[in-house]
Amino acid sequence: MNQNNNIPLSKRAVELARNNAVPIMFIIICAIFIPMAGFTPSYLINEIITRMGRNLFLVLCLLFPIMAGMGMNFAMTLGAMGAELAIILVADWQIWGIPGVVLAMILSIPFSAILGLVCGTILNMAKGREMITGYILNFFMGNGIYQMIVLYIMGSIIPIAHASIMLPRGYGIRNTVSLLNMRQCLDDLLAIRIQGVKIPVFTFILVGLFCLFIVWFRRTKLGQDMRAVGQDMEVARAAGIKVDRTRLISIMMSTVFAGIGMVIYLQNMGNLPTYTGHAQIGMFCIAALLIGGASVDKASIGNAFLGVILFHLMFIVAPNAGGFITGDSMVGEYFRVFLSYGIITVALIMYEAKKRMNKSKAGQELAQAQKEEGAR
Amino acid sequence: MSEKKDHNLNSPSKFNDEMKTMMSKRQVTELEKKQMSPLQAMIADYGVPRMIITGFLLLLFVMAPFVGVNLPMQITNIINRFSWNAVLVLAMVPMIHSGCGLNFGLPLGVICGLLGGTLSIQFGFERFGAMGSFLMALLIATPFAVVFGLGYGWLLNKIKGGEMMIATYVGLSIISFMCMMWLLLPYNSPTMVYGLSANGLRPTISLDGFYNQSLASFLRLDFAEIAASRGISLGWLEYIKIPTGSLLVFALLAVLMWAFLHTKTGTAMTAVGSNPNFARAAGINVDRIRTLSVVMSTWLGAMGILVYQQGFGFIQLYTSPNNLTMPTVSAILIGGALVNKATIGNVIIGTILFQGMVTMTPTVMNAMVHMDMSEVIRNIVSNGMILYALTRKQEGTK
Repeated sequence: MNQNNNIPLSKRAVELARNNAVPIMFIIICAIFIPMAGFTPSYLINEIITRMGRNLFLVLCLLFPIMAGMGMNFAMTLGAMGAELAIILVADWQIWGIPGVVLAMILSIPFSAILGLVCGTILNMAKGREMITGYILNFFMGNGIYQMIVLYIMGSIIPIAHASIMLPRGYGIRNTVSLLNMRQCLDDLLAIRIQGVKIPVFTFILVGLFCLFIVWFRRTKLGQDMRAVGQDMEVARAAGIKVDRTRLISIMMSTVFAGIGMVIYLQNMGNLPTYTGHAQIGMFCIAALLIGGASVDKASIGNAFLGVILFHLMFIVAPNAGGFITGDSMVGEYFRVFLSYGIITVALIMYEAKKRMNKSKAGQELAQAQKEEGAR
Repeated sequence: MSEKKDHNLNSPSKFNDEMKTMMSKRQVTELEKKQMSPLQAMIADYGVPRMIITGFLLLLFVMAPFVGVNLPMQITNIINRFSWNAVLVLAMVPMIHSGCGLNFGLPLGVICGLLGGTLSIQFGFERFGAMGSFLMALLIATPFAVVFGLGYGWLLNKIKGGEMMIATYVGLSIISFMCMMWLLLPYNSPTMVYGLSANGLRPTISLDGFYNQSLASFLRLDFAEIAASRGISLGWLEYIKIPTGSLLVFALLAVLMWAFLHTKTGTAMTAVGSNPNFARAAGINVDRIRTLSVVMSTWLGAMGILVYQQGFGFIQLYTSPNNLTMPTVSAILIGGALVNKATIGNVIIGTILFQGMVTMTPTVMNAMVHMDMSEVIRNIVSNGMILYALTRKQEGTK
């Protein structure tokens, strides 16, 4: 900060605006859309707070792989799948309320850990293109393995007792599993209501604890190792860090916490869309984090908070605003999907362009240094 | 590979260098092969996943008659599906050759084709007959493909090394953008728009009366018709129908592609893909070649979707272009292509294997166990194949 003191304020403002172009753009979009959508402030605040409780934990899971330089974890949906498997089993055993949620969280850990192990191993084999591999892996697991387990193996090999969650043909799980008896039981614990706005205090405490854990984790040996690996794999290896193992751990942590986050998400929603529940999670969480001002190689807890607020604000108001502008609410519906894809695209382009620019800059510096060396 | 290369080398010293690097690479692989038994070498050449898929397909073929599946009809289906998809798979080749990786941005080309198709209907070009309608659709799609391809190529040149991820998201973005556009663009042809409100296109538009079967019906070999007209019985042959026109169009494009890859520009493209630094040193404008390859891929994507539509009989809008990307990418990989290496042979073998699996699995499975797991199997195979290609350690990848 000190070295910036002699730079004029206007220049610093421009610099600040450039570094935070994405959040600023979204603040402007939201500012335009909110009056068009015509929602009352208390409705908006209520929705935002609900969605913060629902999504923050999931978004924060993305921080670990970014720390280890593996980019956006498109395979975080694997954790969501682990949680869904756990929830299905818990729903079948008819354990409801807080015990059900806690059991689902505990049960999701081994599932997510195994999936995370597989994912981490595969990503280690595809260094340099982790993101696209993770993206494909999420289809491979979601539309392949997960569907096979839930649609064919559950009920025929894994015993499912209750017909209410089973397809009429005798095996496979229904498209929606009702979690009515589990609905918002974490959120209602210690909930406070201020003028009609419900604040799910307990969920926020969980999120807060997770944030503290992340802050603490960054300072541990393992956290430092992860950041070193993220900076430069070769240097880290030379320094005696087990690179592959560190990367594996970061993915496994992300997946396991994503599983716990997904349980929080599902208890808030109150039902489980069995075959589509996980599909959008990855995209929405990544879009939210990027909108908060994160980039592919750098993200903070603050980015996650700001991102969730802005993204979901946009998400709530876009259909109505679209309807207001074009007279067709479907346009708004598509518009918000377009914005979330578009923002990921732009962020990825910015990241790759920057990476290339740095590389060529480093090359030029090296050439310059060599030239000087030669002149001497 | 090496004999293709030497056209674009102007000075003998460069040529020698290139040959040396090529030879050393060759020797290494030869050496590796010597250490393996012949069978192992064959497996390594063919690739384990491809082996499994071929074996699976053969098993399905063998089992089919025993479980009461009409095999000739299935073969007709496979040929048909091959004729729909082959051009789309061919669209992968230029970008793989120039080192832009697997074209997950295929939806961009598909969108151009959709624009061409819908505009051809909108302007009523069916008055020139089915073939005229098809050609007009292609003609309209071409400028879109060129312009989009140029932009997309420019973008991919800015982000060398991260093409695949960005291509994926460019594809997803353009699909969701066009979802809005299909609703907002002022189309008004009654066959395409929603009945009552008259704004917004329908998700599925029938091509009956437009360019449905325009290529497929050209010189079509329909053994049932032949048998009926001559009054003879041809036995199982009667189930076979060959969409000659579509196959001819694919053959034409494939030959053109093969010929192109052997021209000076084509060899330059291969050089850029296998070693961009060497290509730059040899005086090739890498960015221009890459842009050209992207334009070609995009145009072939547009052409591919039009061929697909005329076979399938419907235009599918909104999010459906999404469902084409993964099968197409995995088809060429099943055919034996690598992330930076693909041939026309890969396209043909891959499309036959993939479409064979898509056709045979549901019928045989259903006849056998009354349990349709085909979609899950297809997803596992297609995505698994892409994963395998991405995780493979191969020479020349960044």
